[in-house]
Amino acid sequence: MDVFGISLAVLVLFVGFGLLIGVLFGFFGMGGSFLVTPALLVMGYPSRVAVGSGLAFVFGTSVIATLKHRDLGQVDYKLGVLMIAGTTAGIEVGKEIVLHLEELGMAGSIISVTYVFLLGGIGLFVTYEALKGDGSSGVDHDAAADADADDDIPEIAKTIQSYHVPPMISLRGGVSVSLWMILGVAFVTGLLSGFLGVGGGFIRMPALFYLIGVPVPIAVGTDLFEIVFSGGIGSFLYAMDGGVDLSIVLPLLAGSALGARVGSAATSIVDEGEIKVYFGLMLLGGSAAVAVREAGIFYGIDVLNTVSLVLILGSALLVSGAVVYSSVTALREESGATTHALD
Amino acid sequence: MIEVGTLSPAVQAGALIGAVLLEAMILYVGYGFVEQVVGNRLIERIKSS
Repeated sequence: MDVFGISLAVLVLFVGFGLLIGVLFGFFGMGGSFLVTPALLVMGYPSRVAVGSGLAFVFGTSVIATLKHRDLGQVDYKLGVLMIAGTTAGIEVGKEIVLHLEELGMAGSIISVTYVFLLGGIGLFVTYEALKGDGSSGVDHDAAADADADDDIPEIAKTIQSYHVPPMISLRGGVSVSLWMILGVAFVTGLLSGFLGVGGGFIRMPALFYLIGVPVPIAVGTDLFEIVFSGGIGSFLYAMDGGVDLSIVLPLLAGSALGARVGSAATSIVDEGEIKVYFGLMLLGGSAAVAVREAGIFYGIDVLNTVSLVLILGSALLVSGAVVYSSVTALREESGATTHALD
Repeated sequence: MIEVGTLSPAVQAGALIGAVLLEAMILYVGYGFVEQVVGNRLIERIKSS
């Protein structure tokens, strides 16, 4: 039975996958299309459709997530607009590179290899930081920790802020950074966004924190605000070339919109430090999945394609499951503590 | 009736992105309503289970 031109089984798969990703997006402020695009590539969609539909999905999900974060006052609009300017140029260059590589018949392989190294590198970093237990990576939802934001600014960000190349821009959180540095970071993340078909959250959010030095909550909110535009512009450019498939985007979005609410609600319940290591492992899982798929293509082993898809879905399931499980456990402990106190 | 295929690529792309945006807004409002109706009840049920 077909619905919207795809089988019912695939439709259910997309809604379920969107739900898992929505939980991750709502909780971490990142984790959208870096899972969707490889999954679509593994499922056999052309790279142009995988990238374009991934961007359109991220656009829709980021609209929903930004509306939630706007209410918390976690969006620096000035920084967001500057990031949009640099990102737009980067996306256009990234898209042109993909289209050029597609003409050469190399797009799928090169995008996949870049994914492997980027996801693997960031995954190793996040996992290492989580296991080290210094809590300096990822998203910290603890508002009390923001009071020590100055102490938490990474050394590299302090070095960047020390270069006074005018004009200097004052940002929320008492940060002052050169306009050119902001535009440079925006261009590079935009280029990766257009090239890989990602909203850029898992690259940009750490870049805003580690390179520009804005406090983590503002980095998340501003990043999401910016993803609305980068995802929108990117998917529009791909849609003009027939790269956006609504039969993929709409069911994914139906799931992720619900998941984003669950993930956002979980931020006020769960200590993220508990599951940061799972997030790092999920990135590593995504990296391994693309590597396995490429090995399958290279050696002509079809079963590796299935293994790759299982790795991607399993990684998303593991981490979003950890978020939900930790939320339920925290709620029960809170209830138990209240009951105990009343006794 | 407008034939989508006869529109320029930019208009078609705009319509596609508009459809995604419209779905996002409908889902935001719709799920928000559901959350208001069953959210607290669900949390209380989890706490008491």
